Amino acid sequence: MSQTELSHSRGITAARGDTDGRVSTLALTFHRAALWLQSPRPYLMFIGFSLFLGFWYLAVEVWKLPRFAEMPGLTTVVSEWLSKNPTYGLSIFMEEYYLHIWVSTRRIAIAFFLATAIGVPLGLFLGWSKRFKQYVFPVFELLRPVPPLAWVPLAIVMFAGSETPVIFLTFLASFYATALNTMLGVESIDVSYIRAASCLGAKRWQVFRHIIVPGALPFIFTGLQISVGVAWFSLVAGEMVSGQYGLGYVINTSYTMVRYPTIIIGMVTLGIVGYVTSAAIRMLGDYMMQWRTRELALGEER
Amino acid sequence: MSASNKWSFKVSSFIVGEDFWRGIVAIIVFLIFWEIGSRSEALFGFAFPWVGQVPAPSAVLKEIYRLIQEPSFWHSGYLSTRRVLEGFFAAMLVGIPLGLAMAVSRTFYGITFPVFEVLRPIPPLAWVPAAIIFWPTQELSIAFVTFLGAFFTIVINVIGGAQSIDVRYFQAARSMGSSTFDIFRRIILPGVLPSIVVGATVGIGITWAVVVAAEMISGGGSAGSMGGAAGGGLGFFIWNSYVGGSYTQIVAGMISIGAAGYMSSAILRKIGQLLTPWLAEG
Amino acid sequence: MTTQPAYTRSSAAVAGIAAPVCKGGVRIMDVVKRYGTQDAGVLAVDHCTFDVPAGEITVVVGPSGCGKTTLLNAIAGFHSLTSGSIYLDNEMLCGPGRLKAEPGPDRIVVFQNGALFPWKTNIENVAFGPIMQGYMTRRDAFEKARDMMADAGLRGIENNYPGEISSGVRRRVEIVRALMTDPKILLLDEPYRALDSLTKSVMHEALLETFYKNRVTIFFITHDLEEAIFLGHRVVIMTTRPCKPKKILDIDIPHPRDYNVLTTKRFREFMDETAAAVHEEATKAFAAGEKER
Repeated sequence: MSQTELSHSRGITAARGDTDGRVSTLALTFHRAALWLQSPRPYLMFIGFSLFLGFWYLAVEVWKLPRFAEMPGLTTVVSEWLSKNPTYGLSIFMEEYYLHIWVSTRRIAIAFFLATAIGVPLGLFLGWSKRFKQYVFPVFELLRPVPPLAWVPLAIVMFAGSETPVIFLTFLASFYATALNTMLGVESIDVSYIRAASCLGAKRWQVFRHIIVPGALPFIFTGLQISVGVAWFSLVAGEMVSGQYGLGYVINTSYTMVRYPTIIIGMVTLGIVGYVTSAAIRMLGDYMMQWRTRELALGEER
Repeated sequence: MSASNKWSFKVSSFIVGEDFWRGIVAIIVFLIFWEIGSRSEALFGFAFPWVGQVPAPSAVLKEIYRLIQEPSFWHSGYLSTRRVLEGFFAAMLVGIPLGLAMAVSRTFYGITFPVFEVLRPIPPLAWVPAAIIFWPTQELSIAFVTFLGAFFTIVINVIGGAQSIDVRYFQAARSMGSSTFDIFRRIILPGVLPSIVVGATVGIGITWAVVVAAEMISGGGSAGSMGGAAGGGLGFFIWNSYVGGSYTQIVAGMISIGAAGYMSSAILRKIGQLLTPWLAEG
Repeated sequence: MTTQPAYTRSSAAVAGIAAPVCKGGVRIMDVVKRYGTQDAGVLAVDHCTFDVPAGEITVVVGPSGCGKTTLLNAIAGFHSLTSGSIYLDNEMLCGPGRLKAEPGPDRIVVFQNGALFPWKTNIENVAFGPIMQGYMTRRDAFEKARDMMADAGLRGIENNYPGEISSGVRRRVEIVRALMTDPKILLLDEPYRALDSLTKSVMHEALLETFYKNRVTIFFITHDLEEAIFLGHRVVIMTTRPCKPKKILDIDIPHPRDYNVLTTKRFREFMDETAAAVHEEATKAFAAGEKER
């Protein structure tokens, strides 16, 4: 086997002292992180955040711009968030804070899990079987344009209790995003792969298991990330309209009870939790699709 | 084969094709199940778990027929549509230049993208209270929130589109002596257009969702939190129907919103096709 | 050399090499393929008839879009015929009554842009066929795969993913995958089109080496005349769409061949004979504004 062919990845291997001809994924990840730190990117990021937060601080507390008169200032929010004895009752030291986070996250988890469990198989079949798509897709598309929140009154009528309607809403939005992206993923698989598998003697269900499912995986994970974002969107809406506990509820009541800094705390928390859930899915996807991560990493090198 | 022949060939083969009829059959079956489900109490003596509470399609149809004749209903639709378009165009106006700037300048991207990414996971509705505190009128705060909904999607799509323009187009233009402005006008803008269209089509769906949500919250919501000044619109209509106990109106309202949302997406897609003729099948 | 599309004696006999018992001979008879309806369709293949002798490399040359891939797809079982018939080893593959063959491991295709499954490692790819068909256990299949890869000079990359190796190497792995199931005929659809000419010449020699070891029938499509004459026992030159054989040559340059063949007088003679014909069709295709499918 010609040395030049493997020398490139061997180069990385040698640098790390690995002896089996294959670079570990962890090593590749560290390598990419090191490259990132050496670039100007972290410093630009710092500048960006400083500008943003700096402007907020100056506008409210130093220049006291009229438009920002009632806005809570950066220092107020931060000190409230980190204080052991918060004026309005919510900070990282308060148990209630984590209760709200937990309630919201739990709702997301249930809805998202259901949406994935139903949406992915449905999407796979919609993409795989033309017949199935002909029957099911029109009904699917019929209900899709109705925005999640428009379902709220109907959901309250249909389902008993106060938790189920909220979870149903979140489920619906998440489900559509997942199913649609999965279907798209299946349809985007290069037909050559399917043909090659047929040539090699794979039966239909084998093609489904070995070609369709792994081939659609990248799209499925993109869909899942979108789906989680949409889930949060619907959940917050649902919580603001009808619910007790949860981050949406916190933001809503903070407004009515004139606890302005808590609004910002709620928003920031939402942002963080939303980001974390999205990142978790992305990392799961990267792990499950090793072949892609490695390909992309090596591509960056070149 | 001439263009008009091709088109009519396509349409006629679509209608005669199995696609169409199977879809129709499925929809009819769906409606039948719905009808039976909502009448289950009367028919079987007990109500089906969830469908049993939903008003029947036949009743909804009658309601729609009645509503079409009421001017106040159309006024609600007008209000919602206006809000959607305002927020949407604002998002395009700010989002497209911002996205282009971020795609063109690595430095600008490095500064703004992290902040952008941190703000993006915050659902637009979570911004409502902050928006109300900040903006003088209720209408403006709803508009701001609507703007946010579409803004993030559009920017992301513009960046993605600009980044995927083949670098060789730039090289070719430069080698032919194009100025930077020329390159912008003749390569970047058309190259980004398909992504803008995609971002717009998705964004307008989000905008509708946000508008309906905002209307519902400002009209109803827990303890009428946002104050009832700005009202109206289809979201408010649905909430009102719920409060007033008219369930058929709820479903009728949902259908109208769905129809409006679908039409706006379709119109946008059509405009997109007209603007990017080179993407059509050859 | 003959211009009559008729069965000629195997050029292996001409070259004096004892031909082993071969399978995979394909006979294409009066095949017509039309996409779409009678008046609104596109005629891709127009009453095409020629033979692919067993145990030999037959190369089909033609301008882009002329319909040669359609023929390959019909043999492979991906498309149906409009009329005519195709025989494999004197058994009907497809024809009147059964216009579409089923894809199967006796006729394996190597695709233009490569179809190694990116989500499986190289060895998983190579062992895919026997495992799917169930006639080998996973362990046995992997062992055989390892042996065949080593045979082809591909030792050491078994546990890499296709995305980590160069495209030339990927192509070679794909061919090993195809040979694992002992096919009757190998269908190659412009497999080296996307490679640079330096890599290409290495690929050609590798392909020939594989052929000498396995003696599988090869049906090879290309637009590159030089590649065709270098590789093939016989070369079929197609007209532009709709395609039919314009000229068929038996290349009597002896096997085994290597790249030195390219500079021999005989090679140049073949090029002289065929260049005019190919050029004529290429000009017609250009004038008709052919788009690559």
